[in-house]
Amino acid sequence: MRMTRMAAVVAATMVAAGPALADSLHFPMLNYRTGPFAPNGIAFADGYQDYLTLLNERDGGIGGVPIRFTECETAYNTERGVECYQSIRGDNPLIIQPLSTGITYQIIPRATQDGIPVHSMGYGRTSAVNGEVFNWVFNYPATYWDGASVIINHLLAENDGSLAGKKIALVYHNSAYGREPIPTLNRLSEELGFEFLALGVDSPGQEQRSQWLQIRRERPDYVLMWGWGVMNPTAIQEAANIRFPMNNFYGVWWSGSEQDVMPVGDGAHGYRSLAMHGTGTDYPIYADIQNYVIEPGLYAGTGDEVGTVLYSRGLYAAMLATEAARTAQEIHGTPNITAAMMRDGMASLEMTEERMAALGLPGFGPEFSVSCQNHGGSGAAMIQEWDANTGTWNLITDWIDSDREMIMEMVMEDSLAYAAENDIEPQCLERSGG
Amino acid sequence: MIYREAGDFKTSYAADNQTFPIRGDRIAYYMVLAFAFLVMPFVINDYWANAIVLPFLIYAIAALGLNILIGYCGQLSLGSGAFMAVGAYATFKLTTAFPGLSIVFVVLLAGLVTAGVGVLFGLPSLRIKGFYLAVATLAAQFFLIWLFTQQPWFYNNSPTGMISMPTREFLGMPVTGPRASAVNMYLLCLVFVVALAWLARNLTRGTLGRRWMAIRDMDIAAEIIGVNPMMAKLSAFAVSSFFIGVAGALFFAVYLGAAEASEAFGIEKSFIILFMVIIGGLGSILGSFIGAFFLIVGPVLLKLLLVDQLGWSTDLAAHLEIMIIGALILLFLITEPHGITALWRTIKEKLRLWPFPH
Repeated sequence: MRMTRMAAVVAATMVAAGPALADSLHFPMLNYRTGPFAPNGIAFADGYQDYLTLLNERDGGIGGVPIRFTECETAYNTERGVECYQSIRGDNPLIIQPLSTGITYQIIPRATQDGIPVHSMGYGRTSAVNGEVFNWVFNYPATYWDGASVIINHLLAENDGSLAGKKIALVYHNSAYGREPIPTLNRLSEELGFEFLALGVDSPGQEQRSQWLQIRRERPDYVLMWGWGVMNPTAIQEAANIRFPMNNFYGVWWSGSEQDVMPVGDGAHGYRSLAMHGTGTDYPIYADIQNYVIEPGLYAGTGDEVGTVLYSRGLYAAMLATEAARTAQEIHGTPNITAAMMRDGMASLEMTEERMAALGLPGFGPEFSVSCQNHGGSGAAMIQEWDANTGTWNLITDWIDSDREMIMEMVMEDSLAYAAENDIEPQCLERSGG
Repeated sequence: MIYREAGDFKTSYAADNQTFPIRGDRIAYYMVLAFAFLVMPFVINDYWANAIVLPFLIYAIAALGLNILIGYCGQLSLGSGAFMAVGAYATFKLTTAFPGLSIVFVVLLAGLVTAGVGVLFGLPSLRIKGFYLAVATLAAQFFLIWLFTQQPWFYNNSPTGMISMPTREFLGMPVTGPRASAVNMYLLCLVFVVALAWLARNLTRGTLGRRWMAIRDMDIAAEIIGVNPMMAKLSAFAVSSFFIGVAGALFFAVYLGAAEASEAFGIEKSFIILFMVIIGGLGSILGSFIGAFFLIVGPVLLKLLLVDQLGWSTDLAAHLEIMIIGALILLFLITEPHGITALWRTIKEKLRLWPFPH
């Protein structure tokens, strides 16, 4: 009985504390600083929050309107994600970045109904590239299918244009996330004539002895990995244990951060992964971050993630989100934008080299522009290699393009099937009137 | 003073055997029902419905189901998560194959499918008992989840293995999918909860329930007095799985909207439902509700208190939440090994004697 009374009190205060402050731009964060995926989630969350803090401290927000950010802990758990989404949707959020493919799938129909744009940067539902079906969902600058295609294109270049007769294995997190690249790789294996082997690892991924035993038996030429959280260092350790050549082991961009290779030590030397943006503190923006965020002690978390791969990714996600907000302010001529205006900003976002240089991030990400037909950006990515001696990730290629023609064909197939299932008439959304 | 049976005379066997023999209890029960059906739909907001009340109701059904199996029939099961998955995937397959079929029938059919699967995996219970049976049901957990993630037929060949619930209407109002309003979803789940709790209560105090309890207390003695152990055990598995299947169907269709077998219905689901039953009270209908409340609503309320009210950082609150819930579980199990309902029973006894303790 006491519990119910307490619940009633909490409920009453919840209702009383309802409406949010006006004149601020709300950027909610769905983070995970706990659970088996925390090592990766923390770095991303710190980068995201530090960039928003920087804009607030240095520029007073975006277009003079301060940024308000809130945090909700999901622990990478879809049920928690639902709870978080429900708790922020009434609070005028401008953009939702779930940082989990599973949560993204759940949020897509709800956010579309509520009119809140979703940005799943380099994760989530790949077919959301088709903006005519997924009006409110964006996944620029690249998707999982792009990632798979980029790795294969890189391998093609390394093998003089032919992968015929090669054997390529995929070690994947056995979830919606890990299974995303399989259709692409299946298709590419038919087209290019390599043998494809998919090996699922159950979440969270600490137990993968049998998968690596199978790899040792099958002797694939290359191993690709779609892993996250504790699965990454475990896989790299297992690969080192069976003496698999690290130069032939490629991770997606979510499997290539310091947290993944550091625990393995020297064994991880030469491990490669995709990179959708630059890494390290050699960008001019870090001088400002040092001055406005770190020295006054306003940094998120403990501040020891600055400059790591996933910190940079959080920074990049925040930068793309705030740039979209800035674009929306320009389009609508008002600094106080709504979620619908934010969507317009995202739908006509244009990232150029000049713009990135002006932001203090020259050459950080790919140049791309968003259109109704393409919510997925350029699809290009680079390959980076881990140097265990110096403890740095080095980029070993320039931007590699993906096979967009084939991917768009698959995107159309999947997105139109979704549209038919959910009675959606594919069409571009008009700009909001406000 | 108020809460006692003095003056509440029973003049028939039926009156003497009713579920709530004390008038105070009866009034409280009808008031709770009236509140749930007549007041809640008008005051509930989206956040409370979607984040707190829906999961509570759905987990209460699952806990009721497992309580029938463990608490009443004494058969330990660790396969509840997988049985929920059976309910969810049956719902998905049925509703995509027959879009015109009413969602209520789909959920009930999904329950029946799960009952069939439950009987199949309950067969080992005829030979093995206790922890060994738990291991056998654990096999169900892993096998079924493997099936649902590996066989594309179950998820209609979607590239990621996710299943998504399309919008379905009941009496002209959407109850699943993004267009469903919180009130509709709440009422749908509430009707299922009330109907199934009523069914569970009446099954467990009838012939079938007495058979189950006889098997639970001593199966050899039960066989000697004429209880067929095969029928008793398999019927317990069937009824229990039906409940859990309905819970899984609602969990997927109404609450989550999209699900993936290994993530949404993993082994931790089996454990959390088991904990609900143990903490709430084995062999008690009320206990299933208390257990679900404690493990589902408790963490959310703690989060609201720590993060939204006290303004603590989310990661600290998340860690504290695990510690507090864990400590409370230990505390309750040490002070009241028979679950929170036993505590409630003691309070009731004390209340009836109050203000004269002896």
